Amino acid sequence: MTDAGLLIELGGVILALGILGRLADRIGISAIPLYLLAGLAFGKGGLLPLATSEEFINVGAEIGVILLLLLLGLEYTAPELVGNLKAQARGGVVDIVLNSTPGAVAGVLLGWSPVAVLAMAGVTYASSSGIVAKVLADLGRLGNRETPVVLSLLVLEDLVMALYLPILTALLAGLGVVRGAISVTVALVTVAVVLFIALRFGERISHIMFDESDEVLLLRVLGLALLVAGVAAELQVSAAVGAFLVGIALSGEVAESARAVLTPLRDLFAAVFFVFFGLHTDPSAIPPVALIAVALGLVSIATKIGTGWWAAKQAGVQTVGRFRAGGALVPRGEFNIVIAGLAVTAGVEPDIGPLAAAYVTFLVITGPVLARYIDPAARRYVRRRRERAEAAETPKP
Amino acid sequence: MDVEEIALPGIGLRYDFATRSGQRVGVVCHRTGRRDLVVYDRDDPDSSREVLQLTDDEGDVLAELLGAPRIVERLADLHREVEGLLSEQITILAGSPYDGRTLGDTQARTRTAASIVAVVRGSQVHASPRPDFGFLAGDVVVVVGTREGADAVAQLLANG
Repeated sequence: MTDAGLLIELGGVILALGILGRLADRIGISAIPLYLLAGLAFGKGGLLPLATSEEFINVGAEIGVILLLLLLGLEYTAPELVGNLKAQARGGVVDIVLNSTPGAVAGVLLGWSPVAVLAMAGVTYASSSGIVAKVLADLGRLGNRETPVVLSLLVLEDLVMALYLPILTALLAGLGVVRGAISVTVALVTVAVVLFIALRFGERISHIMFDESDEVLLLRVLGLALLVAGVAAELQVSAAVGAFLVGIALSGEVAESARAVLTPLRDLFAAVFFVFFGLHTDPSAIPPVALIAVALGLVSIATKIGTGWWAAKQAGVQTVGRFRAGGALVPRGEFNIVIAGLAVTAGVEPDIGPLAAAYVTFLVITGPVLARYIDPAARRYVRRRRERAEAAETPKP
Repeated sequence: MDVEEIALPGIGLRYDFATRSGQRVGVVCHRTGRRDLVVYDRDDPDSSREVLQLTDDEGDVLAELLGAPRIVERLADLHREVEGLLSEQITILAGSPYDGRTLGDTQARTRTAASIVAVVRGSQVHASPRPDFGFLAGDVVVVVGTREGADAVAQLLANG
């Protein structure tokens, strides 16, 4: 039963990803763009097209998306989500308006269908909470006063995803108006009910799910997440959101242990997902959209900085901190690719895959660099402004 | 002293306060147990001038050096302020049925609904003792729970 060809190909792909991951670490960037590049190389028309392992990669990619969202859900508890919603609601709205607009406008200008426009709006909207949190920790900014603002915007974005993904999934399924409306309603009601259950009974669920043995815990949590994701997909609610909600419902000790045992699995399957996305992107389609991607990237750098600036200002943070908050929010990453991946799989718009890949690659690399250097730049700006103001005040001799 | 507590979603909690000289100092408590000691920048009070990353153990050592018993008292004061929740310090007397037995043996949480959050032995504080923690006569057990819960633990530790 051993399919030697499959094993050789898979081993080669995963080994290649391991080497690329090391390389990314060396240069100090996220490995996501390199995984995407690997996918491009392994795809049709690439350097080393795969012959036998595509099926595994398709399934693996689906599991990768589920694990990405599950682990994201495990980061937060339901009370945290709701608490942030209350505290940072206005910032959340500013975030949506400022950052989904560039993608939506680009979609409209390119003459895309409304569904593709909605997907592109999502691609420019969400910051990568994983990358942002890592950047903040690496730069030693976790204690900073603007950091709670940044983190709570990220939490809100993830909550918005829980509503956005089901809507997008329903629309991508191309149902009629009535059936579409029904499935969106079902989706939103499900999300609300699960959040309610998580708020009310989260502790009890976590208690039932807990087990001293890592092995049992891994199988239980993974099994539950896949099951719920499958049921959610059956109801057209989006598998990813099902997994996210499972993560939200689990808290405390079980979440902590589950995070520890599932993270390596997430890393593996998420890498497979990025390869899958690369596989389904036509390399020759990227150069024509590269300029658009960079322009879109520059616009959304400005809008994210604006968002962070505004939210930090509301929290009483001073000028330099406001710039830092904005700069920290710039990196996009895994979820933008997840959103584009949904649109690519549904086949709504051939250009959205290449555009999203180029856009995310641009921001995944520039984002963390910007987050680092915006601090000294803002300090210099503030100092110069103060000097100029002082110079204007001193009477000329 | 005014200690501010701020939630850092996905990471943990941050506490900070100003010293008498006006220097702000903060501690970021990661869920993983890591602790960051943060000294804020006087020119830009939103950012940190120095961040000291401490592992779980290193944080414990620093806390001990700075006077851990007082932290437990603080903690006790804090809990006293939450309505319906109080903390109590119960000494394990010689002759207690649990002198020489473990925390797990007491099954205190299941039997009384109150939690044993720390044990003070001499000048050492054992925060969040594990179930295999062995009691000795003279240990001071810090219990958090309702009035009834705390009384029940006191009963349990005295009489079994």
